[in-house]
Amino acid sequence: MRSRVIQLATLALASLMLLAGGAMAEEATKSAGFWLNMPEGVTAVSRDVYALHMKIVWICGLIGILVFGVMFYAMIAHRKSLGVKPATFHESTLVEILWTVVPFIILIYMAFPATKTLIAHYDDSEPDIDILVTGYQWKWKYEYLNDSGEKVSFFSNLRTPNDEIHNESPKGEHYLLEVDEPLVVPVGKKVRFLITANDVIHSWWVPAIAVKKDAIPGFVNESWTRIEKEGVYRGQCAELCGKNHGFMPIVVNAVSEDEFNAWMAKKQQAAAEIRALMDQELPMEDLMARGEQVYNTSCAMCHGGAGEGTGIAPALKGSKLATGAISDHLAIVVNGKPGTAMAAYGSQFNELDIAAVVTYERNSWGNNMGDLLQPIDVANAKKGQ
Amino acid sequence: MGEHHGPAKGLSRWLFTTNHKDIGTLYLWFSFAMFILGGAFAMIIRAELFQPGMQLIEPDFFNQMTTMHGLVMVFGAIMPAFVGLANWMIPMMIGAPDMALPRMNNWSFWILPFAFLILASTLFMEGGAPNFGWTFYAPLSTTYAPPSVNYFIFAVHIMGASSIMGSINIIATIVNLRAPGMTYMKMPLFVWTWFITAFLLVAVMPVLAGCVTMMLMDINFGTSFFSAAGGGDPVLFQHVFWFFGHPEVYIIILPAFGVISEVIPTFSRKPLFGYASMVYATAAIAFLSFVVWAHHMFTVGMPIAGELYFMYATMLIAVPTGVKVFNWITTMFKGAITFETPMLFAIAFVILFTLGGFTGLMLSLAPVDFQYHDSYFVVAHFHYVMVAGAIFGMSAGVYYWLPKWTGRMYNETMAKAHFWIGFIGFNVTFFPQHFAGLAGMPRRIPDYALQFADLNMMSSIGAFTYGFSQILFLFIVIQTIRNGKPVSDPKVWEGANGLEWTLPTPAPYHTFATPPTIK
Amino acid sequence: MRAEGEKKVLGTTWKMALVVPLMFAFVFVVMVPLYNLLCEVTGLNGKTQGQYTAEAAGSVDESRSIMVRFVATNNEGMSWEFHPTTELLRVHPGAENDTTFFARNPTAAAMTAQAVPSIVPSSAAAYFHKTECFCFNQQHLSAGEAVDMPLRFIVDKDLPASIRTITLSYTLFDITPTPTADKATVAALN
Repeated sequence: MRSRVIQLATLALASLMLLAGGAMAEEATKSAGFWLNMPEGVTAVSRDVYALHMKIVWICGLIGILVFGVMFYAMIAHRKSLGVKPATFHESTLVEILWTVVPFIILIYMAFPATKTLIAHYDDSEPDIDILVTGYQWKWKYEYLNDSGEKVSFFSNLRTPNDEIHNESPKGEHYLLEVDEPLVVPVGKKVRFLITANDVIHSWWVPAIAVKKDAIPGFVNESWTRIEKEGVYRGQCAELCGKNHGFMPIVVNAVSEDEFNAWMAKKQQAAAEIRALMDQELPMEDLMARGEQVYNTSCAMCHGGAGEGTGIAPALKGSKLATGAISDHLAIVVNGKPGTAMAAYGSQFNELDIAAVVTYERNSWGNNMGDLLQPIDVANAKKGQ
Repeated sequence: MGEHHGPAKGLSRWLFTTNHKDIGTLYLWFSFAMFILGGAFAMIIRAELFQPGMQLIEPDFFNQMTTMHGLVMVFGAIMPAFVGLANWMIPMMIGAPDMALPRMNNWSFWILPFAFLILASTLFMEGGAPNFGWTFYAPLSTTYAPPSVNYFIFAVHIMGASSIMGSINIIATIVNLRAPGMTYMKMPLFVWTWFITAFLLVAVMPVLAGCVTMMLMDINFGTSFFSAAGGGDPVLFQHVFWFFGHPEVYIIILPAFGVISEVIPTFSRKPLFGYASMVYATAAIAFLSFVVWAHHMFTVGMPIAGELYFMYATMLIAVPTGVKVFNWITTMFKGAITFETPMLFAIAFVILFTLGGFTGLMLSLAPVDFQYHDSYFVVAHFHYVMVAGAIFGMSAGVYYWLPKWTGRMYNETMAKAHFWIGFIGFNVTFFPQHFAGLAGMPRRIPDYALQFADLNMMSSIGAFTYGFSQILFLFIVIQTIRNGKPVSDPKVWEGANGLEWTLPTPAPYHTFATPPTIK
Repeated sequence: MRAEGEKKVLGTTWKMALVVPLMFAFVFVVMVPLYNLLCEVTGLNGKTQGQYTAEAAGSVDESRSIMVRFVATNNEGMSWEFHPTTELLRVHPGAENDTTFFARNPTAAAMTAQAVPSIVPSSAAAYFHKTECFCFNQQHLSAGEAVDMPLRFIVDKDLPASIRTITLSYTLFDITPTPTADKATVAALN
């Protein structure tokens, strides 16, 4: 009799601990931001998803307590060392039907909210803004489709410096989750993402808005969000896409509508300015300064911070390419080198950036060619002249 | 076919053997070697992920490690290990003298080392080993693959051929060589689960072969199955792959179900509860595995009708899986339980596999899967099923039958130490990964944001612990073979039931030359 | 007795061995065509259908207009200039519409390209009929050559009322260096 009491007490204690564990995890989640659980997020859909997630966690938790409760009870009460005689029963049609039917009913109960949330997720009608998101190895390109006037499109590259990644300087707060230029969207507006890829399959994932959609080369996928709260939301590429899969973060900056309009106006103005610069003769210093920027964000990853080359791409410092004919140098940058990691940057950069980066590569790290390219040269070269 | 002679001597015994026990032993040792190799890759992965920042290896090599770890563990460790168990146990369990096709049996084993020699050699090739993940999605694995991809495809073909031959052999054995009176519904559950697994293998390994053949043609012969440029579609790859891949995960887990269904009744000293429903549940799971594949691809942009169908169908799998778990627990209920090492592994299997089942149910809900998909939550989920499922099941089986194989008892204290260190190591490794995934950590990344640092450090410490426990396992097995306490009782375990326990211990080289009669 | 047993074993073996080539063939002759068919019927991936031959000139639904947006993307390694000449077109369902895409080969060598269409939302794909499209053929441009490529389409009158904007995206692939793509698969796509 006494052993029976101890058994039951142990059992009760075990169940209590399981429950307490669950509650503690929830508590820790609330106090520590969202590092232990799925973020509740800032959209109606993400909250639905979160609610569904918590619901299934609790259902599984309760089933677990029940099932493991019986199991632990058997392990404690039906030990041979207690001198019990084993029973011999080995089937019971009623019980077996019951535990087939009851889980089935629980599943149906789960299927309803899941279906509802999925349909909401798929309702992409009537967007206010369309943004074309293109995955590249290994960065994202954003192109705003709904605006009139100058087109606004830009690449969003990892901003975390190499020396932080290689542990040569302390890591910043948003290590690996920071970009040079975030995606900016207005709150309260329905933003539709048209998602595609340039090379391999990527996946655009921002947990706080519960959007994850594969970016597939040649095909366009869609997803949407309506962010309710201003803030910066971070995410990452979620589909293995090669070497730097872990280094192509996503940053979404949700701002008020006014702020968004001001930002858009500024971007359009900047685009117009670049267009104006195209026809001008630029001094060497300007080209070098711009070229350094372009090089560090787009070229240094493979060619090395000081043009020394890496395993992926050859050195530019003292190379035949960067110290040979300028037209060959330009042609490689514009058209890429088939069969290698060198992409055709002619379709990724504007003429100004190409002129700047070629100029920079020919006049840095001891390369001292003294020659330079103007945007108009690049435009002419692209036209095949 | 000679009469009762013993094994040949020396190397030629192993090279030319057609004896099911010898071949089973070869499979088991080979799979253990692969387990250590795949484990070494895992240790490299976890060492790099111990802290944020790139410390030890380059991102591309990291991708090679994740790919090779997956391939070696799935095709080299888990699958051959269960084929090894099947070879040893199925003839003994159904009262057959040997496998039905002994010479093919020799072949199906001996081509396997070549497959993995080729696969491992890619590590030393220009451009490195396959680096596109064990799921090798096109176009990363075609247009953008390293040159070694052709060797990878060749290796996969050989592994497929080996598996297909092995499975045909198992089917032919079970269909034709059962002892008189051994009706299908009297077969031990391990035989049943393997019977169904073998059908799955014969059905889907050719699909995998077709899939890699299409890759080969795209890469070398200018076709465009998976390239949009020529009118193909990279998403088609995923459909073909997962049409193989989903049955594959049941191929891995079903034989483990079988082992657990043998071990739990033995140590509960009570017959298996719901034998018939176990068989039907296994068949139901196998059938469902063919119609749920696209739940691995909820984020590729399927039409909503497709998402809903695959969601509902996937949720259904919970029903037969639940039946199995309930049956195991009811088998224990009102038994007379003892906790020898095989039973410890079996109990841990039931608990941890059920946890993996819960997360599987969570993953089946398409809208929530948009958050879980390709995150560490998935990594945690499938390691609960693959490691705590398949590997724990395998460990239970090895400890359970080792005395029958060798005639010697393993050291119970050391084996229990192996269990507890492994159990704790496993959970410390993979339990935190659920949280890392929920908090937004994608899988297959060589470096991570700072908020994941604590969880990853825990994970790495757990992984090293778990890795150590397997070295201990190797030591225990060798020590048993060499100096284990001799056992001669045919039954070995008090509660054991089944034909294999009617044979002398250790099991003689040839058994059931005249079939036993089952009442 | 023994011979009979061996015969039975062989029987099972051959039956099982037969499954292997069948399943292998299943991938090629069932899964691939079935998938393409599914794509065509459901607009999976926003894939569009092949050339559409208009039945007797249908009436035009003037009561509503659909915004059609054109997007052009270059796949990796494609150096052509490629963009729609008109980005937005407001069309009535049932009416036939014309537009062009501009392409220029800026390189010093002749190149061949294939444009791959994709429609968003994918539920609109089945209602978007192309009577003429540059994506039906490969495009060959010699060094420096430029071309306006025609596209003629009809938005089906049965287009669900919920769809008011259709985005048609073309991705341009460079198919010059590889052997000519399998014509059959191109045909299957279009």
